[in-house]
Amino acid sequence: MNLPGRDSRRRLHGMVRKEWLQILRDPSSIAIAFVLPVVLLFLFGYGVSLDAKDIRLGLVIEHMDDQSRDLAGAFVRSRFFQPHYYRDIQPAQQALTERRLDGIIWLRNNFSRRLQQPGPAPIGVLVNGIDANQARITGGYIQGVWFGWLEKYARAQGHKLDAPVQLEQRVWFNPAVNSRYFLVPGLIAIIMTLIGSLLTSMVIAREWERGTMEAMMATPLRIPEVLAGKLIPYFVLGMFGMLLTVALALWLFQVPLHGSFATLFLASALFMLVALAMGLLISIVAKNQFVAGQIAIIVTFLPAFILSGFIFDIGSMPAPIQVITYLVPARYFVAIAQTLFLAGDIWPVILPNLGAMALMLLIFMAIIRRKANKRIA
Amino acid sequence: MNALLQLLALIRKEFLALLRDPRSRFVLIGPPIIQLLVFGYGATFDLNDVPVAVYNPDRGALSRQLLARVEGSPAFHLIGEVESEGHLRRLVDERKAMLALSFRSDFSRNLEQGRSAPLQAILDGRNSNSALIALGYLRNILIEFDQEVAARHNGPPLPAVLKVRAWHNANLASRWFIVPGIVGLLLLVVTLVVTALSIAREREAGTFDQLLVTPLNPWQILVGKSVPGLLIGLLEATFIIAVAVLWFEVPLRGSLGALYFGLLLFLLSIVGVGLMISAISVTQQQALLGAFLFLIPAVILSGFATPIANMPEVVQWLSYLDPLRYALVIVRSVFLEGADASLLLHQYWPMALIGGISLLAADWLARHRMY
Repeated sequence: MNLPGRDSRRRLHGMVRKEWLQILRDPSSIAIAFVLPVVLLFLFGYGVSLDAKDIRLGLVIEHMDDQSRDLAGAFVRSRFFQPHYYRDIQPAQQALTERRLDGIIWLRNNFSRRLQQPGPAPIGVLVNGIDANQARITGGYIQGVWFGWLEKYARAQGHKLDAPVQLEQRVWFNPAVNSRYFLVPGLIAIIMTLIGSLLTSMVIAREWERGTMEAMMATPLRIPEVLAGKLIPYFVLGMFGMLLTVALALWLFQVPLHGSFATLFLASALFMLVALAMGLLISIVAKNQFVAGQIAIIVTFLPAFILSGFIFDIGSMPAPIQVITYLVPARYFVAIAQTLFLAGDIWPVILPNLGAMALMLLIFMAIIRRKANKRIA
Repeated sequence: MNALLQLLALIRKEFLALLRDPRSRFVLIGPPIIQLLVFGYGATFDLNDVPVAVYNPDRGALSRQLLARVEGSPAFHLIGEVESEGHLRRLVDERKAMLALSFRSDFSRNLEQGRSAPLQAILDGRNSNSALIALGYLRNILIEFDQEVAARHNGPPLPAVLKVRAWHNANLASRWFIVPGIVGLLLLVVTLVVTALSIAREREAGTFDQLLVTPLNPWQILVGKSVPGLLIGLLEATFIIAVAVLWFEVPLRGSLGALYFGLLLFLLSIVGVGLMISAISVTQQQALLGAFLFLIPAVILSGFATPIANMPEVVQWLSYLDPLRYALVIVRSVFLEGADASLLLHQYWPMALIGGISLLAADWLARHRMY
């Protein structure tokens, strides 16, 4: 009775061995699994940052006196700005046009007089709005300096500036507001999507193209055995790549891991399976490597980059686009990774996302089985 | 004349190879359209309907008025009021709320008597960029609210206010920044994959050797392999630009000539890189891997989503090798700033240089890498 089972194990073993040899012979798979994640995390970890630094700020002061010097000094002292002084607005505007400046503060020659008069004195602020996000961040920093100066000015006048509502803000999970802390966990998700689907997307398409798929069908191997035989070696490779990126995130980029390593490992293993299954599905549907390669690039990298919540907020997208994001596996892993790294094992966030990934894996496997069976008939 | 005819025949053959299979045809046309629409809407830094949870034990009118302003802003969406601060914290923990506002019971009374009143705001920093943007929106609401409260209760008005003007994009719509960027992004993806697989496919099928023994010289082969990528790229560029202008209503303020000249150089540089990758690779899998290895850093370091100025110095140098970096400046400048060719010279020549060097390298590699 247990003979078929043993046979199956033997066949699977043979299949895994064949794939393993194929991987070892073609160094590109090894490169995908080990070199690629490290290179990518290095590049991204250092290259992707939303924290503006050294904003080149033009300070146009038409008439230098105590008040304007005081306000300008507040901008010079801020660690966000790299100030450049101007006497007139024209050269500063020219510099903004030529992108030698990121923003301009403009104090007209009647600024001090207007301060004494009733009604607020205007402080001109010009920013280049082309990169809207950076412009907004710059505007926020300028607002912060302005507010600090207002308080100081009020004190100097002998009264306290009582903004009626005193906002006490706390940014949880990332009090230093370091964008790298949330970008690096998201990058792990993107890198793993790429690696998982790249590893497998071409392997079955290649067998079809070379005609070795028919040869394999003539053997006693059953379809699930072929699939498992393809998945297992690549899973092992992919998980090593995963461990490498997590290690880099922790020790090189110093991202704190508040959750447990076991949960992270479990979630990554599940996600790796989803990514591999996606690649396998692509390679079964495509049947040739050109199409498989195209599809892999189209459905993996850019959707994982743009629609996963890694950098753009999903809740702010229009409803139909939000529906599409549910089809992007990286979405679930990004949510888990950001929560695990920065907040901890918060099960109400982690469980639904784990469940979604498991469901996705089941659906992928079911489609793969059907597609693969059809081919044989 | 003969050489030209030979070249045309090769170009025709390349087009046939690309377009013969309906599935390959589809992947060249369908996905860019879908991606343009999906990413055009999806990729935005602007926040809409940020879920806000509130704990408000204050019975007065002023906290209601402030909340009405928060609710009235398109950026925020009140998901409800909770009965305790603990519940508030849990909502943030579980990512059900990105912003939590906690009032004190004497909020309105303090304000009415001319005293200041604290208001606690907790933000989910798991995406700290969104948290900062949401905080910015909240602050703007508060500044207006403060001035009104001060005016009504005879507090001192602010001595100086900021008058902010944003050039080229007065409403700071991040779609105006992202959609032109997608033009460059999609061109890069499509053209790179078409060219990167072209020589590798022939190598794997064994037909590259046949091509080498035809009367075609290596330069003709290279040109024949470049033209389909260039033409397909230009056609897609035209289509994407039309969608950006007509559908997404991004203003196109500059000269089309400057834009197309830039895109042509950009395509040339991608074709060069693609053919170089193709010439090195023995199999299509290697070519695809090579294309990926170029594509991903090229997107990340281009300034598409995160500014180059924020990167460390060394990474910024690396980005000078990235043709997409220049293409993005060109597309965005022509679209939003109304730039003409003279302003873009410093973006043109590096791409021409990258294209020239990579084509030379591809030629050399194709001739010397024989198996």
